[in-house]
Amino acid sequence: MHPAYSVIIFTTFSGAGYGLLFLMGLFAAGQWIEPDRWFGFTGFFLSFTMVVSGLLASTFHLGHPERAWRALSQWKSSWLSREGVLAIAGFVPFSLFAFGWVIYESHDGAWRLFAILTVLFAVLTVYATSMIYATLRTIRAWFNRHTVRIYLAFAIWTGSVWFNMLAHLFDLHTPGIGMIVVVTGVLALWLKRKYWGFLDTSPTWVPAESATGLGDLGKVRLLDAPNTQENYVQKEMGFSIARKHSVKLRRWAFFGYFLIPWLLAVGTVEAEPWLKIPAAILAVVVMMAGTMLERWLFFAEAKHTVNLYYGAQDS
Amino acid sequence: MTQIPVNTTGKKLGLVIDLDICVGCHACAVNCKEWNTGGHSAPLPDTDPFGENADGVWFNRVHTFECGDGADSRTVHFPRSCMHCEEPACVEVCPTGASYKRAEDGIVLVNEDICIGCKLCSWACPYGAREYDGDAGVMKKCTLCIDRIYNENLEEVDRVPACVSTCPVNARHFGDLGDPNSDVSRMVEDRGGYDLMPELQYAPVNKYLPPRPKSTGYEDDRPRQLKPIEPTVSGEDAGGLFRWLDKVLTR
Repeated sequence: MHPAYSVIIFTTFSGAGYGLLFLMGLFAAGQWIEPDRWFGFTGFFLSFTMVVSGLLASTFHLGHPERAWRALSQWKSSWLSREGVLAIAGFVPFSLFAFGWVIYESHDGAWRLFAILTVLFAVLTVYATSMIYATLRTIRAWFNRHTVRIYLAFAIWTGSVWFNMLAHLFDLHTPGIGMIVVVTGVLALWLKRKYWGFLDTSPTWVPAESATGLGDLGKVRLLDAPNTQENYVQKEMGFSIARKHSVKLRRWAFFGYFLIPWLLAVGTVEAEPWLKIPAAILAVVVMMAGTMLERWLFFAEAKHTVNLYYGAQDS
Repeated sequence: MTQIPVNTTGKKLGLVIDLDICVGCHACAVNCKEWNTGGHSAPLPDTDPFGENADGVWFNRVHTFECGDGADSRTVHFPRSCMHCEEPACVEVCPTGASYKRAEDGIVLVNEDICIGCKLCSWACPYGAREYDGDAGVMKKCTLCIDRIYNENLEEVDRVPACVSTCPVNARHFGDLGDPNSDVSRMVEDRGGYDLMPELQYAPVNKYLPPRPKSTGYEDDRPRQLKPIEPTVSGEDAGGLFRWLDKVLTR
């Protein structure tokens, strides 16, 4: 699949934004963090910016961005529509939760309820995003049980690296936050490795013979394509550069999305502020770059069944 | 709505394509382009048409495959267009309701006035039937020539899709595959018509008729080799005067 930058930026940033909102909601609901005004303000500012800019980025690849509101209508059947509805509806609890934290510096009573709803909507929205991909039977790399887990795990892991940075900046770091970073990072790593293992070992999804139904006549191969230059379908659905370099790219992604940020965040927990704050910021930068590479691979490595009509031997 | 209609008439309009007789002339693709660039989804874009990166929207494309090896191999021309599936994933994923399946005849269409051009439907289609129009910013696809098949301004004989009307070898057939007694349904029954990628369970309506077994000239009920014609010797075949003459002359 052709990796569209708008979709990579969208899923990476909105994932991190929802992950950060999830953790702020979780720690507020559990009363595990003080409702410090400026911590709250910065956290909501960053997460809202990431979620909104991600949503805006996702409209850039539309043919008619001015009609984007129409995408909210088909929530009964379409996961893309459900994602849009959840993303917008979520701003009600998010805003009220932010209001209580920043204006009243409170996590009690009704504000706590909004914290719980924030947790819920953050999870549901990322779940809806992942289901857009996980329900496409045409793409084996997405149509599997790993897709949803990876999207959820990466949202929480990327959110926790941001949360860790904020906690250091406002001197509100606790062992619980350190623990979250350790656990979610390992979880993201473990699930992604399982996914890549699945991708490398899964048998042919739809064989070339099934695409044409001509298997009885022997091995089927393309003799002459319908067109001499690549058409829309080939440009959008056929992309092989990533598969050619997948081992190298996966290694770089591993350093970027996991190893370097994880070591920076975990290794400097007990360090002096002059060290741990820059380390936490650097962890965020490296982690976001690595996650974008991971997301690029998610698209670029995926094979679509339509390529069987254009000479591919498996899908 | 992008939900798939439940209360249908049972009518399933579609195409039956005979791979045995398609000669790969691309006339169906060209006539499709010709009709539809002035029809329901007009215009069909052509970018850089005379340059090195010619591109454009076609609803119907003809692939040519080679099957088998050696003397048993054969070339099969393979036209491919929208299957008007009974369970069209392209319709279900559409977030706006622009893609829809008609309850009355099962045709899958795009309402270009509300399509936002997100392209998700083209990702959901396993057959590559949907092509994006970058000029108009909307998705386009085969309409089964909805503007021909119900068009009372045309002679009745012409109320078939453009690809069917133009096929010079009659390899393309149009009809109601929901009616078991229709010509197309009987053709599918007789010839063992099949679905493409049935395992994905989109229940395509269009059917393909397989190439008939190849005639090699070496079937069991025929002589494997022609007997050489023996020259007539010593007049065995001749009788009467010629036999006597043969005897006299060979002496």
